[in-house]
Amino acid sequence: MTRLENRFAELKKAGRKALIIYITAGMPDAAGTIEAIRRAEEAGADIIELGLPFSDPMADGPVIQTASVVALQHGMTLPKVLDIVREIRKTSQIPLVAMGYINQVHHYGFEKFVEDALAAGMDGLIAPDVPHEEAGEMRKISAAHGFHLMEFITPGTTGERMEDTCAEASGFIYCVSNYGVTGVKEIDYSIIGKVCAEARKHTEIPLAIGFGIGTPEAAAAAGAHADGVIVGSAVVQRLLDGKKDEAMGLIADMRKALDESFG
Amino acid sequence: MNTKGRFGKFGGQYVPEIVMPALNELEEAYIKYKEDPEFQEEFRSYLREYAGRPTNLYYAERLTKHYGRARIFLKREDLLHTGAHKINNALGQALLAKRMGKKRVVAETGAGQHGVATATVAALFGMECHVFMGAVDVERQKLNVFRMRLLGAKVIPVSSGTGTLKDATSEAIRYWATNIEDTHYIIGSAVGPHPYPTMVRDFQKVIGEEIRRQSLEKLGGLPDYLIACIGGGSNAIGTFYDFRDEKSVKKFGVEAGGRGDAAGDNAKTLSGTGEPGILHGAFSYLLQNDDGQVVEAYSISAGLDYPGVGPEHSFYKDAGVAEYVSINDQEALDAFQRVSRIEGIIPAMESSHALAYLEKLMPHTKPEETVVVTLSGRGDKDVQMVAKALGEEA
Repeated sequence: MTRLENRFAELKKAGRKALIIYITAGMPDAAGTIEAIRRAEEAGADIIELGLPFSDPMADGPVIQTASVVALQHGMTLPKVLDIVREIRKTSQIPLVAMGYINQVHHYGFEKFVEDALAAGMDGLIAPDVPHEEAGEMRKISAAHGFHLMEFITPGTTGERMEDTCAEASGFIYCVSNYGVTGVKEIDYSIIGKVCAEARKHTEIPLAIGFGIGTPEAAAAAGAHADGVIVGSAVVQRLLDGKKDEAMGLIADMRKALDESFG
Repeated sequence: MNTKGRFGKFGGQYVPEIVMPALNELEEAYIKYKEDPEFQEEFRSYLREYAGRPTNLYYAERLTKHYGRARIFLKREDLLHTGAHKINNALGQALLAKRMGKKRVVAETGAGQHGVATATVAALFGMECHVFMGAVDVERQKLNVFRMRLLGAKVIPVSSGTGTLKDATSEAIRYWATNIEDTHYIIGSAVGPHPYPTMVRDFQKVIGEEIRRQSLEKLGGLPDYLIACIGGGSNAIGTFYDFRDEKSVKKFGVEAGGRGDAAGDNAKTLSGTGEPGILHGAFSYLLQNDDGQVVEAYSISAGLDYPGVGPEHSFYKDAGVAEYVSINDQEALDAFQRVSRIEGIIPAMESSHALAYLEKLMPHTKPEETVVVTLSGRGDKDVQMVAKALGEEA
């Protein structure tokens, strides 16, 4: 079992929901990112999504866009992200998955990326601009190395596409809560909840809901429909504003809300 | 590899899952109406009655004399309604959107020509229209911004990134992803995820088909050279496509050489340092740095400063179907003035890049040969900017 599978298995056994926290690598710098990840784990994060900053993040709203610009201005690169992962691994076994647009990974070389990422201690990749249909080769390479390439479902994923996605999923399935881009907003999580219930008929792979979750209440509402929740912009906004304690407080409150509601 | 919408290894559908169902819906509708005689007749009828097709293949006699070599013909897309070839694609896609029951269209625009074309067809078909335009371009293309607003479109300046075409494209995709159920995204060039590059090419291929017919009528044969400018590459693919198998017809795609060869100073995606990569849904040549970050493109022309290029052009480059070259800002400015004075035609700055390539090509041509340059748009929109570049008052 991989580090990521293990974590989900432990949580399931305890009847708890996974709290997955997204942090943009290199915002504001490598040291700040390492500190943020350590503190997020202390505050109750189960898994970290480490954002690879990209010049053209088309699935992201203003907060992640701004964080990406700051990280790039401060010189963050893919090899430096792997340095961050190596540093984290010295003290922590928290599952780390990269969240990055595919061009920079392609430019680095996909197989080389998988090998180097695994060696550094990274557990998988979420590529927001690689839908199921385009993932074929990457899926094969990832599977051969025991690296997770995450799949997506959304309120628009139905029928055969849903079945195909579930059949080849690895790690966890990223369930996008609504039509749109990343960013905090009010969402009726029962819509993606129905989609998750449909996916559940086809796969045992953990389901994690992301996009829009900004409060402990929203985390609990989304958590009711899945095995975990993903929080990005709400945390990153506070980090951008230099309010680290507030960011960590939010993570702790979300942890509490999830644990009070489930498990 | 997903084999759908590939030109060799280029193309594909690198988009968030959230837009995949919409792409599938669009592809299905496009395949259906492509073969539907009623749809095709309606499209042709609007091109004829509303846009003003066919456009002339004009013999530029004075320009021919100026060079004293091959005969030069200009494919006058500048004479179309709204002043550029962009209307061909906007009409086709708006008709498709109407058939699909979409009530709103959204577009990105660089120079504003595609935005104006989209605002125009939205007015014509009674659809709501949102146009995303880089904040920098809003400043340098004020006339087109006003035209779009006059036509009832909402123009949204985009200041993320560098505030140019690529950022406007990202923002249009974000808006589309958020409003996907009732909105159709009218991409303005032969770029983006499948089925856009194929669909846009099919709506623009009328340019090359007319050149073929008109050449046979006027010259009794095919031209020897075709020249077209390339940002994303829609007028060029429209010009080249019908001649893709004609090896005797040499095709030149002219990119913007900008102000130099340094990264960020040009838009030489195919003719410079671009490498295959993924931007805005397609695998194609791309201006990028060693870390795989997209490099800003620059050109004096707002319609050419795009760091990517249509995937079919990437395929043409690797397969040797067409040759890709570049013209810098100054050469384009010179051509803008030269063609204005010699032919009484003020060309768009984009098209001026294609016209400037005559300086390089003509010495190698023979009097019995013919050259066709696609004059993709008219230059009224550029007059202020050119005056500024020349240090004059407009």
